Amino acid sequence: MTTAVPAPAAIELIGIDKSFGAVHANKAVTLRVAAGSIHGIVGENGAGKSTLMSILYGFYEADRGEIQVGGAPVRIASSRDAIRHGIGMVHQHFMLVDTLSVLDNVMLGAEGGALVARGAAAIRLKLAEFGRAYGLTVDPDALVGTLGVGLQQRVEILKALVRGATILILDEPTAVLTPAEADQLFAMLDRLRRENKTVILITHKLREIMAVTDRVSVMRRGEMVLTTDTAATSPAQLADAMVGRRVLLTVAKGASTPGPVRLEARNITVLGHNGVPLVSDVSFTVRGGEIAGLAGVAGNGQSELLEALAGIRPLASGEILIDGCPVPSAAHNPKAIRALGLAHVPEDRHRMGLVMPFEAAESAVLGIHGDPAFGAGPWLSRRRIVADLARKMAGYDIRPADPRLKTANFSGGNQQKIVLAREMERDPGIVLAGQPTRGVDIGAIEFIHKRLVALRDAGKAVLVVSVELDEIMALSDVILVMCGGRLTGRRTPPPDAASDDTFVGELGLLMAGVTEQAA
Amino acid sequence: MSAPISLPRWADLILVPLLSVATAFLVGGLVVAAIGVSPWEATKTLITGSLGSGEALGFTLYYTTDFIFTGLAVALAFQAGLFNIGGEGQATLGGLGAALVCLYGGGLPGWLLIPLAILAAALFGALWGLVPGYLQARRGSHIVITTIMFNWLASTLMGYLLVNTLRAPKSMEPETARFPDQAAIPSAKSILGVFGIDTAATPLNLSFVLALGCALALWIFVWRTRKGYEIRTTGANPTAAIYGGIAPAAIVMLTMALSGALASGVAVNEIMGVQNRLLLEFTAGYGFVGIAVALMGRAHPLGVVLASLLFGILYQGGAELAFDQPKISRDMIVAIQGFVVLFAGALDGLYRPHLARVFTALPRTRSGPI
Amino acid sequence: MHDFATDASLILASSLRLAVPLIFACIAGLWSERAGVVDIGLEGKMLAAAFASAVVAYQADSAWAGLGAGILASVALGLLHGFAVIDQRGNQIVSGAAINLVAAGLTALLGNAWYGEGGRTPQLDTPASRFLEVPWPGEAAMDGVPVLGPIYRNLVAGHVVLTYLALLVVPLTAFVLYRTRFGLRLRATGENPAAVDTAGISVRGLRYAAVVICGVLCGFAGTFMSVAQAASFLPSMTAGKGFIALAALVFSKWRPWPALATCLLFGFLDALSIRLQGAVLPGIGEVPVQAIQALPYGLTVILLAGFVGRAIPPKASGIPYVKER
Repeated sequence: MTTAVPAPAAIELIGIDKSFGAVHANKAVTLRVAAGSIHGIVGENGAGKSTLMSILYGFYEADRGEIQVGGAPVRIASSRDAIRHGIGMVHQHFMLVDTLSVLDNVMLGAEGGALVARGAAAIRLKLAEFGRAYGLTVDPDALVGTLGVGLQQRVEILKALVRGATILILDEPTAVLTPAEADQLFAMLDRLRRENKTVILITHKLREIMAVTDRVSVMRRGEMVLTTDTAATSPAQLADAMVGRRVLLTVAKGASTPGPVRLEARNITVLGHNGVPLVSDVSFTVRGGEIAGLAGVAGNGQSELLEALAGIRPLASGEILIDGCPVPSAAHNPKAIRALGLAHVPEDRHRMGLVMPFEAAESAVLGIHGDPAFGAGPWLSRRRIVADLARKMAGYDIRPADPRLKTANFSGGNQQKIVLAREMERDPGIVLAGQPTRGVDIGAIEFIHKRLVALRDAGKAVLVVSVELDEIMALSDVILVMCGGRLTGRRTPPPDAASDDTFVGELGLLMAGVTEQAA
Repeated sequence: MSAPISLPRWADLILVPLLSVATAFLVGGLVVAAIGVSPWEATKTLITGSLGSGEALGFTLYYTTDFIFTGLAVALAFQAGLFNIGGEGQATLGGLGAALVCLYGGGLPGWLLIPLAILAAALFGALWGLVPGYLQARRGSHIVITTIMFNWLASTLMGYLLVNTLRAPKSMEPETARFPDQAAIPSAKSILGVFGIDTAATPLNLSFVLALGCALALWIFVWRTRKGYEIRTTGANPTAAIYGGIAPAAIVMLTMALSGALASGVAVNEIMGVQNRLLLEFTAGYGFVGIAVALMGRAHPLGVVLASLLFGILYQGGAELAFDQPKISRDMIVAIQGFVVLFAGALDGLYRPHLARVFTALPRTRSGPI
Repeated sequence: MHDFATDASLILASSLRLAVPLIFACIAGLWSERAGVVDIGLEGKMLAAAFASAVVAYQADSAWAGLGAGILASVALGLLHGFAVIDQRGNQIVSGAAINLVAAGLTALLGNAWYGEGGRTPQLDTPASRFLEVPWPGEAAMDGVPVLGPIYRNLVAGHVVLTYLALLVVPLTAFVLYRTRFGLRLRATGENPAAVDTAGISVRGLRYAAVVICGVLCGFAGTFMSVAQAASFLPSMTAGKGFIALAALVFSKWRPWPALATCLLFGFLDALSIRLQGAVLPGIGEVPVQAIQALPYGLTVILLAGFVGRAIPPKASGIPYVKER
């Protein structure tokens, strides 16, 4: 299907090629974005979306290829060039200065003179105008650090507009937004489109793509594999294009035989730095021999809940019960909780699960380095920890099988297997697994899923937190859904849940915060 | 961060520091030449003056002792990701601890008094490290600023005590009375004399052995014990440390206390080994030498010992050089020290990209890790 | 006997004089750290400036030429710091420590090599080679006036031009920092350089500008010490003033006007400790001047620890800026 009259291109990328050392991040990428449209770009992590947009915004220069803006070839060597050509970018991590006011942030780089006073007056007017035109209202004198993420994102968009951007790139804009905020954002993007501005939306959420974009492109392993009108495609087709082959994520597992409750959370509340509740009054149970999947849009309190259960984040109120016994507050720390038989695969292995500059064998004892098996008294025997990891490497097929290699030198999948081997070989009663397959290749995903099921079958209580709904549905015996820090539902998935559209729709509502009472 | 430049391990541990130090000395040589002294002659004087005789060697090793202590102090803190600039203050307080025991425990026999005094020195030094450690761990103060302030606090405290309280009666100098004879740590001359070896009198004393012992103990502690593992983990990735059940606050305090105790070794060497009384400014900037030593020695005890020896040569040889060449003063050493800190520390990355290019150009490269 | 106004004006005047190098150095540090470059090398830059200015002022018989040389020497070290930490992404503390050592060593070494007096430079004994007190109109006429007379004579008048300049630097800094484009960008650089970079502004350029300004101001500080306050350079003559300035910077929470107030306070403490040297106060006995000298350090530690207020440094200070995706 083609559009009848091709709209003029706002931006055209022709044969963009970019390598970082051995990594070929963009391979002859060609993309045409029509003016006055919303164009989605989807792809898995590491597919090359961010690199492509960074080239467009002047962070990197392409090794080869051409960029055309409004039909004319341009060279974009810096953000300054990009801004000059009317390109604005809203980064996933906001580029804002917390200690400055909204006005100062918007003005930065567009001051309009050596003294700020005159420019400030002009920008105040512009802010008011954009507020009226696009519903982008925000107090210009508020300190950015005091604003919520939704408003901060608004400031980012205003920054781009004040600089006269006609092409707006948004990188995973909804990752940090509540569903309501996301809706507001999309409404605003729609108004921008009507003003003939061009929007490039980078996301990995297919629902968003289907809901707001005019056209969509799919990237996979550095290549642009598909570009089509959104109306002419389906989430299934896009997912196929993203992954490359049709993998219906299934995990071979028998029926569960749930035993007694091994992990229980009672009215857990976790507060953030500024006293804002990140997890509010959450209660649930996980039985032995059961995998509970915790679903939700990233940033809805799942990570904080997981860290609270693992003893890393303090509880503001509520309690945790392990095998029926309340964990006393003195034991609510990672060390004591681990000793109670809880294993924790953290969501981010780089930040938390491993020590990258250490030898793998040393990373592989993090948290269990007090185990008497690794040495008498105060000693930590290198010989023993190396032998220990060598054994685990064989069992988990970790490559290269060299326990003395630096942790950072293993691939993501193998790093994750090191964490898994460490946490699971302790024979824990409870396993918390955060994003267990993030950034891991297909082969390792299967392996990790099999392991989790094996743990379940061995009578452990397993809690999996994942933003990949497919993974949750494939693994879980029971699904918990979080939104805005609250538990919005608990469902037992029907057989073949992933292809059950009513069930998926129901989960989607729960993830958007539509609870039973409200529904 | 951008991808770190990856070099073979030996290049990282040996080649890069050597190049940095060579550059520092080259710049030092240029300064010497600019003053109008032949760098070649200066180097000769430096070497013979520091290694050319038993006496020279004794002085060299005596300086080396101080630098091992302060270098280890800085190196240990580095391992925990901390920058301890407070070696001067910690050593100063160590001196106070040692002096109090030596002055008020005069009746004790030497075999008891000396260990007690060393312990007191370590305790006082540890305390002066612990407080900034506590302030960083529990109150979020920046350790660099706090330790700098604690250096000055130590120096004013010592000034007050030596002028007002501890000054020897009838003395005009701000220093204490002499310690009892049995409080003196045996000198190298007296010990070697026992074995019938006659050597020149130098300030070298048994503290040198203590320093080497500390280096070995530190290596074992940091790389072979669970606590050492916790310290390194905290330094390399504090978030992972928390995840691993390690309390970074406790580690920071422990490390700073141990670091302060190590720095107080300077007091043992100077106050108990050489001066036998407490006096002002006996630390003589050795705490800062520790920074250069630790940077050069890659925060590893063996590296620290070797770097300390180099600085020992520099200090002793520099003194000879200053004696020999009126145009060169001992301040030369401080300048070279600065160059070493600059090139081996702040400009550590200067040669890496070039070396990396050389290494990747080499045909025989090991198959890279995945 | 002096009356109270004379006494007070004299001690305040000496406070001001002692505060001048602190003000220059503290504001210097403020510029650097507000741009995200931590500078513990203020001391070294001051020392280098003190040396260079004393040497050139003597050789050229011109205080102004000395000032120029002092500024040049200090800026050179600032650029070295900049190269190490901005371009080479070296550790800012290590680089600052290196600069302190290099300056302490080289000044004394060169001073000794050139003049052979243990590092001391020749006495500046001609009027042209030193900054002298600027005459104010009607000083003699004001003399007879009670209270205002001594204040005018001792506090308002009776200072060298650099002192007035120091007092001028503060409002100038406040103005540029808060009212100009350059200041806005510089402050943003110290908080979130990525925001500045994505706005199409060079973080590197701003940080270099900051270290140069820092160098210039340290140049004034050092020159004041050897060519105005004293009449020659002495090894280690800065005697920790650079670190007190650093303390004042923390104490003032990186803001210009509080920085001025803090430096004046620290100058006052310094003046007080000199004045009270050996004095016996009724009820207290001999005043422990060391306690007064220790106050700036102690107060800074207490403030930094958050026991009184909170001192939060610019968020990006100490961190090299590396472009991320």
